[in-house]
Amino acid sequence: MTTTPSETHAGQAERPQSDGPILEVEDLSVTFPTQDGPVTAVKNLSYTVEMGQTLGIVGESGSGKSVSSLAVLGLHDAKSSKITGSIRVAGTEVVGLSESRMRRLRGNTVSMIFQDALAALHPFYKIGGQLEEAYLVHHRTASKRDARRKAIEMLDRVGIPQPDRRVDDFPHQFSGGMRQRAMIAMGLVNDPSLLIADEPTTALDVTVQAQILDLLQDLQREFNSAVIIITHDLGVIAETADDVLVMYAGRAVEYGTVKQILTRPEMPYTWGLLSSIPDVAASTDARLIPIPGNPPSLLSPPSGCSFHPRCTHTDKVPGGLCSSQLPELTPASGVDHVKRCHLANPELIYRTEVLPEIAPDLVEEIR
Amino acid sequence: MTQDPNVRSQVEPTEVGANAAETGERDLEAEPHDAYSDHEVQVPGALEGHVASRLDPDAPAVLEVEDLKMYFPVKSSGLVRRTIGHVQAVDGVSFQVPKGGSLGLVGESGCGKSTTGRLITRLYTPTAGSMMFEGQDLAKLSNRAMKPLRRDVQMIFQDPYTSLNPRHTVGAIVGAPLAVHNVVPKNKILPRVQELLEVVGLNPEHYNRYPNEFSGGQRQRIGIARALTLNPKLLVADEPVSALDVSIQAQVINLLQDLQREFDIAFLFIAHDLAVVRHFCPEVAVMYLGKIVEIADRETLYAAPYHPYTQALLSAVPDVKQAAIGGRRERIRLEGDVPSPINPPSGCRFRTRCPLAQEICAKVEPPLLQVGPRHKVACHFAGELGQHPATPVTAGLLGVDDQGSPSASGPAATEVSTGPGYAKEWFDVKARQMTSQAGTA
Repeated sequence: MTTTPSETHAGQAERPQSDGPILEVEDLSVTFPTQDGPVTAVKNLSYTVEMGQTLGIVGESGSGKSVSSLAVLGLHDAKSSKITGSIRVAGTEVVGLSESRMRRLRGNTVSMIFQDALAALHPFYKIGGQLEEAYLVHHRTASKRDARRKAIEMLDRVGIPQPDRRVDDFPHQFSGGMRQRAMIAMGLVNDPSLLIADEPTTALDVTVQAQILDLLQDLQREFNSAVIIITHDLGVIAETADDVLVMYAGRAVEYGTVKQILTRPEMPYTWGLLSSIPDVAASTDARLIPIPGNPPSLLSPPSGCSFHPRCTHTDKVPGGLCSSQLPELTPASGVDHVKRCHLANPELIYRTEVLPEIAPDLVEEIR
Repeated sequence: MTQDPNVRSQVEPTEVGANAAETGERDLEAEPHDAYSDHEVQVPGALEGHVASRLDPDAPAVLEVEDLKMYFPVKSSGLVRRTIGHVQAVDGVSFQVPKGGSLGLVGESGCGKSTTGRLITRLYTPTAGSMMFEGQDLAKLSNRAMKPLRRDVQMIFQDPYTSLNPRHTVGAIVGAPLAVHNVVPKNKILPRVQELLEVVGLNPEHYNRYPNEFSGGQRQRIGIARALTLNPKLLVADEPVSALDVSIQAQVINLLQDLQREFDIAFLFIAHDLAVVRHFCPEVAVMYLGKIVEIADRETLYAAPYHPYTQALLSAVPDVKQAAIGGRRERIRLEGDVPSPINPPSGCRFRTRCPLAQEICAKVEPPLLQVGPRHKVACHFAGELGQHPATPVTAGLLGVDDQGSPSASGPAATEVSTGPGYAKEWFDVKARQMTSQAGTA
C-alpha cells in the first residue's frame, strides 16, 4: 500500500470493527416483476460468512445463486426488482442503502469476480486503466502515478508475467486465464473483506482453473478475506469451500460444512447432483444417474417442495406431503447441518440406496 | 407428459429406419407441469444409471487417421496478403476409432482437438495426412465424392444455442439431412423426424416448434437427433455437454451411451472435462499444441499416465472426494500458458512448461512410442509419476546421445512406428528394450 489510512476516502470506516461475520444474509427474497407475473428468484435465504472463510454456493442455472450475490453488492435496479429481508455487510445494512453509500461499499469492502472476463472487462480501455480507475474511485487523494504503481503491483501479485509491460495491453491481448487474473486483480485492488466469485473458473481449462483456485486461496490467506464461490462444479467446492449452500429454485435446500454436504448429504437434490457427475477417481462401476426433468419455471413454481417433480424418493414420504407442503429447513444429523426435506431417514436411504450406485467403492468406508 | 420418474411412458423406441407409424399410442393428454416438461417423453431406461462404457479390444477400426495435419495460413496485412506463417493447429496426429467404440480427445483450448474433429467431418480440408474410412481416404476426396460419405460421418456441436437455426422449426432442422440426401420420399420425412425426436427423448408432436421454445438440454437433444437422421457410423461429438447444466449433462451422456449401444455408432468424443471423457470413452488421447502426447486405454491413462502433461492435467482436476479429507490436493503446477502454434517450440512442444525438460527435449522431438499393449506416449523421460527416468529412454532408439546430439558410437536409429493402432511388440520403458509379454519387464 502506498497510501496511508488518512488518504483513503472513507474506506476504512467501512471495515469490520467487530469479530462478527462479515456477511449476514437474513430472510432475503428478490422478486422481479415481469410481463407474465412476478418471478421470485430468491426466497427466504439466510446465510452468514465469517472472515477468512469460504462459502460455496451450488445450484443449477436459475436457482438464484447469482441473483442473491448480486443483491449483496446492491446491483439490482430498485425500480425493476423488489428486495426484502436483510443483508448486512460488515454491520452495514445493504437493503435499502442509498446508491452513494452503496458505491462506497462496492469494490471496496465487497467486490466481485464475474464469470466471463472478456465481457466484464471494457474492450476499449487498457487493463491498467481499468485497474487504476477501480483504485482511484476509492482512493480519491491518490495520484495517477500511485494508481499505476498499484495496478502493476496487483498484476504482479496475480502472476501476470512482465506486469509493467502488460499493464498497457487491451483485454483482447490477454489469454483467457490472464483475463481472469486481471479480473481478480481488479476485484482485489482495494483489499476487500469479502470477495464474491461468480463461476470464476467455469470458462477455463483445468490447468488454468487450478492456477486460479490456488491464487484465490493464497490471496485469501494473505488478506484473511471472506470468499463466496458460486459454481456448479462440486469438485471445485470440495477443494476450496469451508461451508456449502445448495440452492434449488431460489431456496436453500441444504447447508452445512463441505464435509457434511459432500460425504453425508441428506437432501435428494444434493444426491442427484453427486450422482450426475462422473468423477475422475471413482471406480468405473459407478453409475451416472441423471436428475430427471428440467429445473422448474420460477413463474409457476411447483407446489410443496419445489424439487418434488424431479425427486425419485417422493414415494417414501407418506400422505403426498412433498407436493402439498413446503418442508422447512430442519437440522440434519450433523452439527449446523440443515436440510429442506420431508424424508424421515435420509441418512439411511443415502447409505443403502444412493451410495452403492454412485460410488460402490465408498460404501464400506463410510460405515 | 408426467415428470414423475416412477412412471415410465409406454413408448418404445423403434429401430432407427423403421416407420414411426408403428410406434403406437402416445399419451399426450396429461397436463404439463411447466414450460419445458411437456417437450419430453421418457425413453425406457433413460433414468437408470449408466456405468462407464467398456473397451472391446478386438473391434476393427472404423476410422484410421494417420499423420493428419492442418496448417492455417497467417496472412500479412495490406493489399497483397502474403502468407507469412502457419498456425500448426494439428500437426501429425494418428489414431484409430474402433467400430461401435469411442475414442476421447482431451486437451486444453487451442490444442487442436476441435480442429481434428472438423477435419474428420471434412468441414476443413486437411493439409496432409490420411483418414481412412471404409476403405476410402476422406482427406483426398473431392467435396462431390464426399457427399455420400457425409451420411456416415456426422457431428454434434458444442453450443446448442448457436448450432440450431432459430428461424427453422425443429422438424425442418432434423429433417434437412433427409431432404438433402434424398433418402426418403418427401411425405415420409415427417414420420421419420417424429421417430427421431422420440429416440432422443423429445415429444414427437413438437416438430413444428422453434428452438427457442426448448431448454439447453433439449436443444442439444435436437442436435443429436439431427446427427442421427442418416444413421451415421461415426459421430464426432465436439464438447456435447459442456454448455449444459450439471443435472442435464448426465441425461445427455446417458442418451449418447444408449444410442451408441443401440445403433452401434462409433464416437470421437472431444471434451476438456476429463471425468466425462473417462466415463464415456474406454480409450483416450491427450493432445497438446497440435500433437497427441499420450494415448491409452482408460485404466492406464487415468491410473498410470507416463507423460508429464497428462499427469499435470489429471492432478489439476478438482476431486469431489477431497471433501472427506479437506484442503486442496497436491498438484503439479504448470507455469505459464500454451505457446503459440504459429511458432511452436523446437523438439518437444511441451518442454517450455515441462518440469522434466532437459537439453534433448529442445533438440529432438520425441516420437509417439508404444510403451504398453495399449499405451503410447511421446516423451523422452516417460515414466509413472515420481518415477521418471534420469536419462532419456528414447536416446537409444533415435540414435542420439543423452543430450540429443547425434551419437557417433551408439547404435543407429531404429525405425519407430508412429502409425495408428497398436503393435504386438512394444518398448518397455523400465527395461529399455522391445517386449511383447504383457505385465513383465
